[in-house]
Amino acid sequence: MKRRSTWWKTLIALVLTLIMLFPMYWMINISLTKRQSIRSGDLFPKDFTLENYQAAFGTELPYLGTSLIVALCCVILTLVIALPSSYALGMLNLRGRKSLNFALIVAQMIPAVVMALGFYQIYNQLGLLDSIWGLILADSTIAVPFAVMLLSSFMRSLPMSLVEAAKIDGASQWTVFTRIVVPLSRNSIVTASLFSFLWAWSDFMFASTLNSGGGNVRPITMGIYDFIGAQNQEWGPLMATAVLASIPTAVLLIVAQKYVSAGITAGAVKD
Amino acid sequence: MTTTISETSIGEARGLSNKKNPKKRIKRTTWAAIGFASPLIVYLLIFYVAPLIQNISMSFHRFSRRTFVTGDAPFAGLDIYKEVLSSPEFWTTLKQTLIFVIVSIVFQYGLGLALAVFFKQNFRLNGFLRGVFLVPWLIPPMISGTTWQWMMDADSGVFNKFLGMFGMDPVWWLQADHALWAVIIANIWLGIPFNLVILYSGLQNINGDLYEAASLDGASSWQQFWKITFPLLKPVTLITLLLGFVYTLKTVDIIWIMTMGVGTSQTLATWSYAMAFGKGYSSTIKYSEASVVGTVLIVIALIFAFIYLWAQRKEEEDL
Repeated sequence: MKRRSTWWKTLIALVLTLIMLFPMYWMINISLTKRQSIRSGDLFPKDFTLENYQAAFGTELPYLGTSLIVALCCVILTLVIALPSSYALGMLNLRGRKSLNFALIVAQMIPAVVMALGFYQIYNQLGLLDSIWGLILADSTIAVPFAVMLLSSFMRSLPMSLVEAAKIDGASQWTVFTRIVVPLSRNSIVTASLFSFLWAWSDFMFASTLNSGGGNVRPITMGIYDFIGAQNQEWGPLMATAVLASIPTAVLLIVAQKYVSAGITAGAVKD
Repeated sequence: MTTTISETSIGEARGLSNKKNPKKRIKRTTWAAIGFASPLIVYLLIFYVAPLIQNISMSFHRFSRRTFVTGDAPFAGLDIYKEVLSSPEFWTTLKQTLIFVIVSIVFQYGLGLALAVFFKQNFRLNGFLRGVFLVPWLIPPMISGTTWQWMMDADSGVFNKFLGMFGMDPVWWLQADHALWAVIIANIWLGIPFNLVILYSGLQNINGDLYEAASLDGASSWQQFWKITFPLLKPVTLITLLLGFVYTLKTVDIIWIMTMGVGTSQTLATWSYAMAFGKGYSSTIKYSEASVVGTVLIVIALIFAFIYLWAQRKEEEDL
């Protein structure tokens, strides 16, 4: 085959990417613009300032911290529940496996607003409203079904001979699970953790309903929401906060792009 | 070894000492399976089944702010369903929801497929740019929603500035009749990466020899797309559109952040959210009505889960 020059394709791809990322650029642009010039809509921060970031750092750090704790706890909770059950579903031929799989598909399709309404009523009775633990538990429901489906379908692809061999050597199920299956599932675990983290970090529905009165112990999405609800919207600090809240996404995408793509194509991804 | 095989063989193998061992092991495996699965089963019961039952039960009881606290809401049977389903607002909202969902997924899919075909080619920076394309999908929707809200601001948004360059009047994007189109545009943008990634991986599963043979026969790339790519992508297309439908149906955050569901941008999900938590224009809390709309959404989700399962089976059979 003859090799043709492809630079023009790269050029088109670059232009498309820039169009796609324009909203993100605009967010950064506004976040670096002085208050009085924000409405003039310049294509680059002509009236440059870092004051918006100062303001954002001053007020939003507790929210960012809360989000980080919530998202990390969510990852741990998701893995604690998903890993053993994926082993049962993927390798131990659990009876009722098909019905459980179907339940997981349904679970993924249930609208968050329905879950939030149910949780609200239950939390109201248990006194879990406006607590960080209540939020972590609720946020974990976004990722658990996905994590189980991803991990169990990976474990199904592992050769059974590995487990058989270990058992002949006298290893218990628990040993097989912790010493063989979990280490081998490393990649899928990274993917599941990544999505669990991002979804908990992005959550608006549960935060705005179950944790709306939590003061500083609220996630960053609520910090941003406060700006929007305010009478006099401060777009500069708002956009600076939005940029700060996007950092985890950017970092994870840079260090773990292949895991992200793997997660999406697992065919069971939610939006 | 599967459990069904083991059950029949247990009976036959009784008395044969050398087969006793596998029997024991199988039994233990089943118990272990239940043990390993129990956290998930307990979790699903507490965190999925309980809220769902709660939601459905609320749709049959007439809840008010007071009875929500005291918990003695009177049983109303199907009355609230009748009220909601006979209100004109329900049907208007349903229509808007369908427009929102269908227009969104058609464009997400179309643009995603065009991009996937484009990125299938070899050129420099391909992998990197495809990765960057994921950003809109990974950024918290509330952040992109905020940005879109500002970009669509009537007075100083970049959208109207752009239209102004062509002498067009500013559009009140986020209000009344335009609101639905504003959230659709943002939502299409949001969903393109998801479609791109799935369809791109679908394209990679198509045998390259087919294209080579077709181009030897003189087929243009346009013909190759319609005769090879598109038909062979059908199973992936079906799954993508199904998932797109369900996930778009339950969207609340991007709409809520941009318009609070005002005007034509109210969908079933945002309507239920507004009524359940007394947010936005719905200043009074209507738990029961919200649960009714929620139950309608659950039913739609169930139907689609069945279709999804059917599509998945079909894809496996086709392979």
